Amino acid sequence: MTRYVVWRIFYALVVIWAVTTLVFFMLRAVPGDPFAAMLADVDPAAADELRAKWGLDRPAYVQYFLWLGRLLQGDMGNSIYGSNVAVSRIISEAFPRTMSLAFIAFSLSLLLALTAGVISAIRKHSWLDHTVTIAAFLGLSMPDFWLGILLIILFAVNLHWLPAIGYVSLSEGFWPWLSHLILPAIAAGTPFSAIIARMTRSAMLEVLQTEYIKVARAKGLDEKTVILVHAFRNALIPVITVMGIAFALLMSGTVIVENVFAIKGLGRVLIQGIINRDYPLVQGEILIVSVLFVFSNLLVDILYTVIDPRIRYVE
Amino acid sequence: MTESVKAVVDVERKSTAEPVSVAQRSRWLWARYLWRDKKAVIGLVVLVVMTLGALVAPYIATHDPNEQTPDFLEPPSIYHILGTDDLGRDLYSRIVYGARISLFVGISTVLLSAVVGVLLGLLSGYYGGWLDNLIMRYIDLQWAFPNFIIAVYLVAVFGTGLSNVIVAVTLAFLDDFARVVRAMVLSIREEEYVIAARSIGASDRRIQLVHILPNTMAPVIVQATVSISYAILAEAGLSFLGLGVKPSTPTWGLILSDSRTFISRGWWLAVFPGLAITITVLSINFFGDALRDILDVREKQVEGVQH
Repeated sequence: MTRYVVWRIFYALVVIWAVTTLVFFMLRAVPGDPFAAMLADVDPAAADELRAKWGLDRPAYVQYFLWLGRLLQGDMGNSIYGSNVAVSRIISEAFPRTMSLAFIAFSLSLLLALTAGVISAIRKHSWLDHTVTIAAFLGLSMPDFWLGILLIILFAVNLHWLPAIGYVSLSEGFWPWLSHLILPAIAAGTPFSAIIARMTRSAMLEVLQTEYIKVARAKGLDEKTVILVHAFRNALIPVITVMGIAFALLMSGTVIVENVFAIKGLGRVLIQGIINRDYPLVQGEILIVSVLFVFSNLLVDILYTVIDPRIRYVE
Repeated sequence: MTESVKAVVDVERKSTAEPVSVAQRSRWLWARYLWRDKKAVIGLVVLVVMTLGALVAPYIATHDPNEQTPDFLEPPSIYHILGTDDLGRDLYSRIVYGARISLFVGISTVLLSAVVGVLLGLLSGYYGGWLDNLIMRYIDLQWAFPNFIIAVYLVAVFGTGLSNVIVAVTLAFLDDFARVVRAMVLSIREEEYVIAARSIGASDRRIQLVHILPNTMAPVIVQATVSISYAILAEAGLSFLGLGVKPSTPTWGLILSDSRTFISRGWWLAVFPGLAITITVLSINFFGDALRDILDVREKQVEGVQH
């Protein structure tokens, strides 16, 4: 097990290194650097001067090793656009916003999906079950950014229940923080909920057919114990298999949903960087976003063995 | 699909000794199964109507999609059935034209990525060795990220614009096809009919194209259907973020993006384009679900919930 984890961490680091390196060189191989868009037509000399100042006139591999060297010392360079702020500062400000959003989205949608999945399995073919099925289909087909806009129109603009946009940090109070995150969390978490609810339903149905459930019922256990203790825990195993995919979907949802709700998290910063072709910012962002994805995959795989002790990885 | 239909399919499969490929199966049987699945029929009808609508957009649009009229932010009425935007452009006409881009990007990217992905999977699974290693390492790299994030990374590299979006989405979906086909090829390669073909001196290319490729088609078709819906969502998402087509082009994602400015004064601008995306994607998902049942492609082969 330890060997497996160590091997996986090593592999995760290789993936992150490969992605960031690929992006670094591809950015430079494609025409149109940050200053071309800004200045080239107006003042080519000034553009060249800026390129020299930012070191973009050097060969790509020299730039790469300089970047890597600084990165290993924790320096991601400065953002070209705006006020020359350190990329690491921009990212460390954005990070808690994205994590808060992801955390709320994950908890809300997991709770909802597991409940919906279990209930629709117990009440198979009831109207409740059909509602859950239809909702799950819709949740997978609806663009998350559209759902976000609809939520704003309904709950913020018309009902005034919750704030429409923005982010308030946790240090300014729990409710202000949470209230700004509820709508974006629903928008980002819906596809996740849909997948988990469907998987929970089919896993529960399968488990409820097994012999040990019949035995549990036959020996007179009450239905609640049968469902929650005997069936649910075993039904969780296949659910965790899709958890990785579903969680990745939730994380990529936050990228887009942050832009709907004007939350300056990692996703919004990344998109801004891409639009401005702000190389240092894009490189730093892609590094962090990749770390998040790769390590959440790893976490899910490890979680898998915790839930189901029968699974042992050999490598 | 109902249980009884599934049973019929099972019986039919068991009666033939060899694995049944799409090509071998009676030509119209699958259509009959499809017809019995109400969701699939609804999905298919909606898709056909949408595609036809996109093709004849100039005839069914009531206005030029970029024509500016003095009716700014008009709610739906008989003159503008879905209302107008801040520049007085007719929303219904813009959505009709938007269908062209959405469907075009969705279908073209998936076709491209299926062709390239299938080829990679075939070569990788058939030859093995360093080629397989090289291809699989790249595929693994993509596998670590959701397709949408890969598309965003690629747009970060290539820049924005319609052609770059097509390239980005095509590359982002490649790994799914390569993976599916490679896994199939690995098992088909060992089938007796392939060994028989080889023993009578069939060339590699003949074995690949005549004996292996047709047998990988069922999961590829299902994967392609699923992928089209995700490709449409990806294009809409990229346009929405300002990474897609250039501003003022009528696309569903872009109309939605612009609608945010008028969120309290023009609900129709936000509701209808989103509804267009949802209906399209939902129809494809309905159809794809039925197709998966009929072609009996197990979830293991194709990520039903693709990320």
